Amino acid sequence: MTAIRFLVNGAPVELEAPGMRRLLDVLREDLGLTGTKEGCGEGECGACSVILDGDVVDSCLIPACQVDGRIIRTVEGLAALTPDGRILDDLQAAFLATGGAQCGICTPGMLLAARVYLDAGGGPDEDAIREAIAGNLCRCTGYTKIVEAIALAAETGRRPAGA
Amino acid sequence: MPVEPPVETPRDLAEAFRLMALSPRTPIAGGTDLMVRITGEIGSPPDQVLDLSRLEELRGIALEDGRLTLGALTTYAEIRRSGLVARSLPVLAEAAATVGAVQIQNRGTLGGNIANASPAGDTLPLLLALEAVIEVGGARGERSIPADQFWIAYRTTALAPDELVLRVRIPLVEARQVRFRKVGTRRAQAISKVVLALAWEQADRKDRWSHVRLALGSVADRPIRARSTELYLEGSRATLETADGAAETVAAEIRPIDDVRSTADYRRQVTARILHRIIRDAGGW
Amino acid sequence: MTSRTPERPSAQSTVATPARPAVRPAEAVIIAPGIAVRGHLITRGPIRREGPAKLTGDARYADDLVFPGAWYGATIRSNLARARFLALELDPGFDWSTVVVVTAADIPGEPLMGAVKGLTPDQPVLVPVGGDIQHHSEPLALIAAPDRRTLRAARRAATVRTEPLPPVFDPLDSDKVFVSHDVVAGDLAAGFAAADMVLEGEYRMGHQEQLYIENQAMIAVPTDDGGVTVHGSLQCPYYVHPALMRALAIDARQARVVQAETGGGFGGKEEYPSLLAIHASLLALKCHRPVRMIYERHEDIAATTKRHPAVVRHRTGVLRDGTLVAQEIEVILDGGAYCTLSPVVLGRSTTHAGGPYRCPNVRITSRAVRTNTPPNGAFRGFGAPQVIFPVETHLNRIAEALGISPLEIRRRNVYRLGDVTPTGQVLSSSVAGLEVLERAAEAVDFDAARAVTHRARLTGQGWDAVATSPLRSPVRASASGIGIALAWHGCGFTGSGELRYNSIVTIELDATGQVRVLAANTEMGQGTRTILPMIAAQALGIPSDEVEYAPQDTALVPNSGPTVASRTAAIVGGLLVNAARKLRAEVEARNDGRSFARVYREDAARHGASRASDQFKPFPGQPFDEHAFTGDPYPAWGWAACAARVDVDLDTGEVAVREVVAVDDAGVVIHPILAEGQVEGGTLQAVGYATIEEMKVQDGRYLNDRLSTYLIPTAVDAPRITAIMVEAPFDGVPHGAKGLGEMPMDVGAPAVIAAIHDATGIWIDRLPATPERVLAGLTASAGANESGRPGSGGHDRPGGRP
Ligand SMILES: Cc1cc2nc3c(=O)[nH]c(=O)nc-3n(C[C@H](O)[C@H](O)[C@H](O)COP(=O)(O)OP(=O)(O)OC[C@H]3O[C@@H](n4cnc5c(N)ncnc54)[C@H](O)[C@@H]3O)c2cc1C
Ligand code: FES
Ligand code: FES
Repeated sequence: MTAIRFLVNGAPVELEAPGMRRLLDVLREDLGLTGTKEGCGEGECGACSVILDGDVVDSCLIPACQVDGRIIRTVEGLAALTPDGRILDDLQAAFLATGGAQCGICTPGMLLAARVYLDAGGGPDEDAIREAIAGNLCRCTGYTKIVEAIALAAETGRRPAGA
Repeated sequence: MPVEPPVETPRDLAEAFRLMALSPRTPIAGGTDLMVRITGEIGSPPDQVLDLSRLEELRGIALEDGRLTLGALTTYAEIRRSGLVARSLPVLAEAAATVGAVQIQNRGTLGGNIANASPAGDTLPLLLALEAVIEVGGARGERSIPADQFWIAYRTTALAPDELVLRVRIPLVEARQVRFRKVGTRRAQAISKVVLALAWEQADRKDRWSHVRLALGSVADRPIRARSTELYLEGSRATLETADGAAETVAAEIRPIDDVRSTADYRRQVTARILHRIIRDAGGW
Repeated sequence: MTSRTPERPSAQSTVATPARPAVRPAEAVIIAPGIAVRGHLITRGPIRREGPAKLTGDARYADDLVFPGAWYGATIRSNLARARFLALELDPGFDWSTVVVVTAADIPGEPLMGAVKGLTPDQPVLVPVGGDIQHHSEPLALIAAPDRRTLRAARRAATVRTEPLPPVFDPLDSDKVFVSHDVVAGDLAAGFAAADMVLEGEYRMGHQEQLYIENQAMIAVPTDDGGVTVHGSLQCPYYVHPALMRALAIDARQARVVQAETGGGFGGKEEYPSLLAIHASLLALKCHRPVRMIYERHEDIAATTKRHPAVVRHRTGVLRDGTLVAQEIEVILDGGAYCTLSPVVLGRSTTHAGGPYRCPNVRITSRAVRTNTPPNGAFRGFGAPQVIFPVETHLNRIAEALGISPLEIRRRNVYRLGDVTPTGQVLSSSVAGLEVLERAAEAVDFDAARAVTHRARLTGQGWDAVATSPLRSPVRASASGIGIALAWHGCGFTGSGELRYNSIVTIELDATGQVRVLAANTEMGQGTRTILPMIAAQALGIPSDEVEYAPQDTALVPNSGPTVASRTAAIVGGLLVNAARKLRAEVEARNDGRSFARVYREDAARHGASRASDQFKPFPGQPFDEHAFTGDPYPAWGWAACAARVDVDLDTGEVAVREVVAVDDAGVVIHPILAEGQVEGGTLQAVGYATIEEMKVQDGRYLNDRLSTYLIPTAVDAPRITAIMVEAPFDGVPHGAKGLGEMPMDVGAPAVIAAIHDATGIWIDRLPATPERVLAGLTASAGANESGRPGSGGHDRPGGRP
C-alpha cells in the first residue's frame, strides 16, 4: 500500500492503494467514478481514457504510483457545476445535438480524447479529428456523428464568447 | 482483474541502480507493455516492479557531438513534438506517429520499446538502420551497446538483470537518406506485420548507394539487419534491375512465420515489394 | 459531415435536413433533471432520452452498479474442443470453505437450455462430470469468492480432467444437421436449358465478432422468496426470464430481470445473457449473496456467440441480356456446437438467398450444421449478410462475363411491384429496390465514376499496371475503384415468429397524469427509449417529452417480444400506435370529445389511472409454412443499396474504404438522426466484415480473442459515410415503419468487394478481403497476365462495358 495524492476534477484525493493498482480501478472502485469505462484492459479501446496532466491516456495502463501529485480529469468533470445543477460543456452539447453517442459506452473516453484535441487548438478538420480519436473504438456510430460533433464543438469554441 | 505486485518509485538514478542491484525488479516506464502483462492473461506478471517515471535523468532530447540523444523515458508524443527531431531526423517522428494512437504515444517510451524487445517493435528497425547506440547502466557502471548487438534472441536483450536502458544516441550523417515503412492490419493502433527501415548514403541523387543499412521487424524472432541485401545494394544505383535483385535477395534472406496477424508468405512478399517500391521511388522511374 | 471532402453527394435525404446543427450560446436550458445546456440545442428530432446521462458519466451500466457484499463469479471452461469431462479436481491445499463452487449437479431445474421458445434445448448450462464437452471454452463449473484475489487463487486450485474426443471443424464434414430447407420455384432444369450462359461460384465467410464495447455483464441478487433478480447487459429481458425459471425451477414472480444500461449488443446480447444470468444466479443462490459476473474481453470473445461462418454455392443461368432464368443456391451455415438460434438464422439466410431479384426458376437448399466451435448466434443481419455477399458478387461476375454494367444488370432484375418471390410471396406493396439502387448510383455518379476507373485500365494505368511479379512493386502504388450492391431485408421475424411471441404493448396514463409506455424492448444505443415515446406521442397528439418510457424490468413491463430482427420500430411501434389510439379514444370519449392533449391530466385527476394494450395479430397475406417454406415469410421487405469507393495499395494489398453512400428504405423515418446513426454504424460493421475482421480458429479455439488481435475499424479506417433515407411505407402497420437496423449490414461487404474488383480486376470470393488475400489475387492475376492469359484468379476477365 502506498499513500497517493492527486487532484480529480479539481478535488484533492488522498488514498492508500497498491502502487500497481490500475488508475481505472482506483477511479471506478475506490472513488466511485464509474463514468470511466473498461472495454479491454489492454490499451486498445480507449473506453477508459482520462486526461492526465493535460494528455489523454488509457487509465487501464496507468499504475496508481504514477499519478501521485498529478491532475486528472474524467468525464464527470466535463460539465460545469453550478448551484442549480450541471451545465454541459460545448463538446457534450455537440454530441447531444449530432447524435454522437449511441450505446454510450465509448462516449466518456471519446469526449476526453476530443477535449484534449480541442484544448490544444484543434479545429474542425475531419482528418485531424479522426486521428485524435483513433485510439477510441466505437462499434455503434461508424464515427460519422462523433466526428461531426467534435467539428461542431470546434466551431462553437472558435466563435467569440457570447456571440 | 490484474495482479498488483509491489512497486517502488526511486527519485533518482542512483537510488534506482541501488534497488536494481539489490534484487531484480521489472522496470516500468510508460507501462504500455507492462500493464498489459499484469492482467496475467498473457505471460506471467512480474513479482516486483520498479517505477522509472520520476527519473528526470532519463528524459530529454538533445543534440550532442553530431548525435541525437534521446533519454529512455522519451515518449512518442515528445518525439513527434520535438523541433530538434523534426530538423535533424524527421524519419524518427514519422515512425513515432505510426505507434498505437494518441493515448499510447502519450505514454509509451523509446526505452520501453527497446527493452521490451518485441520482434514487432516499430522503432527498432529504425534504430538498427541508423546504427544507434544504446547506453545502459546500473550500479556497476554504464556501457554502450550498438543496436545490432542489443536484441540477441526472441524477446531477449543484452541488458544484464540489474541494468536499465538510459538513453539512445543516433549518429546524424550528412548525406544519409532514410526511409521507414510500417505495414499493419489497420491504419492506427495496429501491431506491425512488417516494418522496414532503409538508410543509405548518397551525395547526389545520381550517385551509387553506399553505407546501405536495411533493417526489418516482424519477419524474424527479433528485429534484424538484412545483411545480404545490404551487401547487394552497396555500391549500386536505384535502377529496376537493382530493385528486382534486392527484392529477390531480401525475400530469400528472411524467415518470417505464420501467426495470428499474418502469414510467412505475405510478410516475405510485402517486404520485397515495399523495398522494391522504395528503390523505385528513389530512382524516380 | 465535415470538411474531409466538401462536396456531399447531391442526393439529399427525404427527411428534412436543416443546415448543420449548431449550439447557440445563450441562457442555460434544462434538458434533463439537473442538467442544462447553454443556449438552444439545434438538432433534428428530440434529443436521445438517456443522452445527457451518457454524456456526463451518470448512466449506469451493469459493472457500474454497486451491490454491497457482492461476491465475484468466474467460469471454469474447457480447453479442448471436444472431450469427455472426467472430473473437476479441487486442490485440497486450498481452503474451499471460503468460496462456493457450482457444478451441473447443483442445477435445480432443467440442465439443458434452448435459445428461445420452440427450439429444442440442447445446450448444457454446465457440462456435467461424465458428459461431453462440445466446444472450446465451454462452461464446466462456476466459482464465486468474496474478493478477486481469492477467486483467482480458487481458479488456480481447480483443475479439469478430460479425455479428448475427435472434433469436427469443417461444416462440410459435419454429420449433424440442426435444420435444413429446400425451396423450389418453377422448373430449374428448364431454366438452365433456356439460359445463354451458366456461371458457378462458391463463396465463403468466416466468423464475425459483435464486439460491443461493453463486455457481457450480469449481477444476480438472491431474493427473500427463494428467487433471484438479475441486473445485466442484455437485449431481451423475456428471453432471460423463462431461462431462469426453467434452470432454477422457480416461478415467474421469483425470477426478475432488469436491464442495466447496455453498451451495445448487435445480436451478441440476444441469447447469451440467458446463460450468463443462470450462471450468476446459481452462484448467488448458493452463496446467498449478490454475485457479479463481468466478463473480461478475452473471455467474452473466446466463449460467446459470433456471426455464423458460411459456405454458399451458386449456379446461375442467364439470358444474354442479363435476365436471370435459373438460380440454384446451396447455403451451409456453421452452427457451432449447439443449436441455439441457428434454425432462425438459417430461415433468414434461406429466404434472402436469391437476393432482391426476380427469377422464375429457383432452388434454394440450406442447412445449419454442428461443428465443435462455440455456438454461433445472432449478429445484426442475422443470416442475411452471409447470403447477400454471395448473390451480389455472383451477379457482378455474371455482369462482367456478359459485358453489362453492374448497375444495369440490377436494374434489369430487381423486384418490381407484383413480382413473386421463390416462396410464393407476391410483392404487393412497399417495393423500393429500384429506387434505393438509383439513389445510390446517382449519389456517387456511378456510371461516370466507373468510366474513370475503366479509362485508367485502358490507358495501362489500371489493371495492367497492377500486374507484376510477386516480388516487384507495380508501376502505380495504388488503384481506386467503385462498387455497388443491393439487398432486401424481411421485416420482423421470419415466418410465424411473431405469432409465437404474441407480443403485448401497454400504454398507461397514471393517476398523476403521466403518460408512460410499457414495453420490454431495450435501449442499447439504437434509440428505442427515444423513438417509442415519439411514436406514442404522435398517436396521442401530445409532445414526445410528455411520454415516459418505463424501465425494462420484467416486474414492470409486459412481454412485447425481444429487441431483435429490426422489429422494435415496426412491429412493437405498430402495437404501440394501436394501444395509444385506444387510450386516446377512451379518454376523449369520456371528455366530450375534447382532445387528449388538452384533457389527459385532468382526466387522470378525475378518473385515476387508465391503461390500454394491444397484442400482436397476424398480418394479412398468405400464412407462412415453416416446413415447406412457402408463403409470406415477412409482412414486408426493406430495401437497401450501397456504393463504396476504395483505394487498394498495390504493393501490400491493403484496402482503404474511402467513401460509402448507403441508401436505406425503412418504411418511414421516425427520427432522422437516430436512423442515420443506425445506417452509419451498420455500414462500418459491414466494412469491417469486408476488410479486416477475421476470426482465426485453430483446433476450435479463437486465436484472436483480444482487442489487439481481433481488429475492428478505428476512426481513421472508417470511410466517410453518407446515409440517405428512402421512405416506402408499409401499410400493414399504422405508422408505416419496416425496420432499419440490419439492412446496412447486408450491403456493405458486397459493395466493397465489387469496388476492389473495379480497382484491381480480382474477385474476392472469401470474406474478409484481407491484404493477404488481395495480394495473393493480385499476384495470381499478374501471373496469368504474364502467361498471356488475362484473368483474375481463374475467373473470367471482363469484357468491355456496353
Ligand atoms: C494499444 C497498444 C498499441 C501499441 N502499439 C504499438 C505500435 O504500434 N508499435 C510498437 O512498437 N509498440 C506498440 N505498443 C507497445 C508499446 O506501446 C511500446 O513498446 C512502448 O514503446 C513501450 O514503452 P513503455 O514505456 O510503455 O514500456 P513499459 O511497458 O513501461 O515497459 C516495457 C518493457 O520494457 C522494460 N523497460 C521499460 N523501460 C526500461 C528501461 N529504461 N530500462 C530497462 N527496461 C525497461 C519494462 O520492464 C518492460 O518489460 C502498443 C501497446 C499498446 C498497449
Ligand atoms: S479498457 Fe483501457 S483501453 Fe480498453
Ligand atoms: S456509442 Fe456504442 S461504442 Fe460508441
